[in-house]
Amino acid sequence: MLEIKNLHVTVDGTEILKGIDLSLGSGEMHAIMGPNGSGKSTLSYTIAGRAGYDVTEGEILFKGQNIVDLSPEDRAAEGIFLAFQYPVEIPGVANTTFLKEALNAMRRHRGEDELDAMQFVRMLREKVKELGISDDMLKRAVNAGFSGGEKKRNEILQMSVLEPALAVLDETDSGLDIDALKIVADGVNRLRNPERSMLMITHYQRLLDYIVPDFVHVLAHGRIQRSGGKELAQELEKNGYAEFTKTDAAA
Amino acid sequence: MSATVETVDQITDLADEKYKYGFVTDIESDTLPPGLNEDTIRFISAKKDEPEWMLEWRLKAFRHWLTLEEPDWQKPKFPKIDYQDACYYAAPKNMKDGPQSLDEVDPELLATYEKLGIPLREQEMLAGVAVDAVFDSVSVATTFKAKLEEVGVIFCPISEAVKRCPELVKKYMGSVVPFNDNTYATLNSAVFTDGSFVYIPKGVRCPMELSTYFRINEANTGQFERTLIIADEGSYVSYLEGCTAPMRDENQLHAAVVELIAHDDAEIKYSTVQNWYPGDENGVGGIYNFVTKRAACRGRNSKVSWTQVETGSAITWKYPSCVLLGDNSVGEFYSIAITNNRQMADTGTKMIHIGKNTSSRIISKGISAGKSDQTYRGLVRMAGKANGARNYTQCDSLLIGDTCGAHTVPYIESKNPSAVVEHEATTSTISEDQLFYLRQRGIDEETAVALIVNGFCRDVLQQLPMEFAVEAQKLVGISLEGSVG
Ligand SMILES: Nc1ncnc2c1ncn2[C@@H]1O[C@H](COP(=O)(O)OP(=O)(O)OP(=O)(O)O)[C@@H](O)[C@H]1O
Ligand SMILES: [Mg+2]
Repeated sequence: MLEIKNLHVTVDGTEILKGIDLSLGSGEMHAIMGPNGSGKSTLSYTIAGRAGYDVTEGEILFKGQNIVDLSPEDRAAEGIFLAFQYPVEIPGVANTTFLKEALNAMRRHRGEDELDAMQFVRMLREKVKELGISDDMLKRAVNAGFSGGEKKRNEILQMSVLEPALAVLDETDSGLDIDALKIVADGVNRLRNPERSMLMITHYQRLLDYIVPDFVHVLAHGRIQRSGGKELAQELEKNGYAEFTKTDAAA
Repeated sequence: MSATVETVDQITDLADEKYKYGFVTDIESDTLPPGLNEDTIRFISAKKDEPEWMLEWRLKAFRHWLTLEEPDWQKPKFPKIDYQDACYYAAPKNMKDGPQSLDEVDPELLATYEKLGIPLREQEMLAGVAVDAVFDSVSVATTFKAKLEEVGVIFCPISEAVKRCPELVKKYMGSVVPFNDNTYATLNSAVFTDGSFVYIPKGVRCPMELSTYFRINEANTGQFERTLIIADEGSYVSYLEGCTAPMRDENQLHAAVVELIAHDDAEIKYSTVQNWYPGDENGVGGIYNFVTKRAACRGRNSKVSWTQVETGSAITWKYPSCVLLGDNSVGEFYSIAITNNRQMADTGTKMIHIGKNTSSRIISKGISAGKSDQTYRGLVRMAGKANGARNYTQCDSLLIGDTCGAHTVPYIESKNPSAVVEHEATTSTISEDQLFYLRQRGIDEETAVALIVNGFCRDVLQQLPMEFAVEAQKLVGISLEGSVG
């Protein structure tokens, strides 16, 4: 599904990612952990194609195609979704309007028929119920005045509406209370299927109790320092990142 | 459903359209040769078969106009207009006596309006909207006349009103915008050709939206229409004007006058979707839109709301205003002005508070892109007797790119210590964060901009009658094409 090879990324003249290798098979759930500032969000933005994140070396293969030169909207239409660490507010644009426009833009791109207002609302009702999102939140402007937790739930709602092939979740758990964490985790788990891969960035082992990953990677200093199974997360929880920061300093 | 909900699909449909109203209709027309003198005015008056008093009024205005200098305090500067070089009358030829029904209207004309998205055939009309269509200098069709007459509403071309209800015209025309108000209004008073007249009798709530579409077709022709709306005691009317013109390399002048009169407990809602040809991306051609629009809230508890969506014209220069005479009267001004490429707009409002406890509200949303330049200019005046008067003004500017300009020039004059004036202003840009967020969700850049701008304008778009909100939102998208990327 996703194959990242020797990826080097420069932001404002500073090299942040220094040779990432990562491979996600269909239906797999990977977790990425790592200290603040290690380049996790940089990786997620680069996968999504944000301007200013210059790939200086290496490639990102998605479904076998190198996507490095694709626009963000084309990558989205191909099935790449990023749940933002800091979702953005769009004043005056109703959440529903935004969701419908996004979905139909992608359907157009794929040559599918657009959903009309009725079909869309019916579909949305279902998804909303599962995530405990209020009607009020749908009517309000995108993320405007939403609490931290509401913003994160809204990201998951978008993911469930857009049904991507690859979802990158950047700290979707941060800012959630225990109940919301469970709701979001349930939402994510419901979306897991053999055709959909997920890359989940988190700082907390706690999330991995609810969403059990197939693989865990440690990112530090712009490189994947170690990969393993879910037990790696438990080890990190105990020992912290000292080992990896040291490794790098010594190198 | 709120007016903004259904927008974006349409915006996307129109994503690669340019100015789509730029076609020219090939119709034989009766056009007066260029030039402006007393004979021109006599000719127009004779064409319209006007009574003597109307001609006298025109001539009085013309003689005064000759003594006037053009103002130059506005921000947009433009070359001196050669008034002798323009035509002051153009009419489709086979309409001399005015059509009695739509069957008598030239099919080419009907087709033109259809192309503009304004079907004039009543059975094809938007439910509940009566339309008056003005093509160059004459009104070509007024729909739903009979239905309106049932409730006593008069909605007809102003040239017809001059003959049909001369007392009303005599009493009210020039009573809000006097013939000697300003250069352009004075010129209009001398040479006005057509426009709409509306009278809503006491206690009547006009059963449908009234709407006029203005279209300049002939080359080298100015359009000088005059609109007069009178809402008698306790009545209500909602009126919308729309405008388009073909693409031409020369600048064309549009100098309209609109007068609104609201009596006791009456309410007038006046909406404009102005999409005159803006000129090309290098600033060649386009309409000079210099209009004088003013409302008199004469009665107690009367109310006038101006809502405007200004996307067209090379230069827009207009200040729809309210003179709040009646105690407790209310004036509102909701504006969206979008300038792109080399367009210039100097627009805003004047709220003149004279009566006690009068209130006004101004919401202005300016969007500048390309190399355009925009000024909000607003006056709030509290007269000495305006006890308890209040005004709230909010001016928001959105800049797209860094080669455009936005300016806010509020004038506040208060002679009454009990009057309250509030003014808020913001300037923002479309952030890279917002664009990336929308694009990550599959929305292309231009649609993303249109969506963000529509969100920015939402408070004003919501003021538009439902039927026109969608159209206005589409326009927002089209006008900003090519402004990013
Ligand atoms: N525009 C920029 N110019 C220079 N450095 C930048 C820029 N943007 C980000 N960085 C740096 O890149 C590094 C990686 O940032 P990134 O946001 O990817 O970290 P992260 O792993 O997501 O951290 P966190 O866990 O705090 O979210 C940081 O040191 C950050 O300061
Ligand atoms: Mg981060």
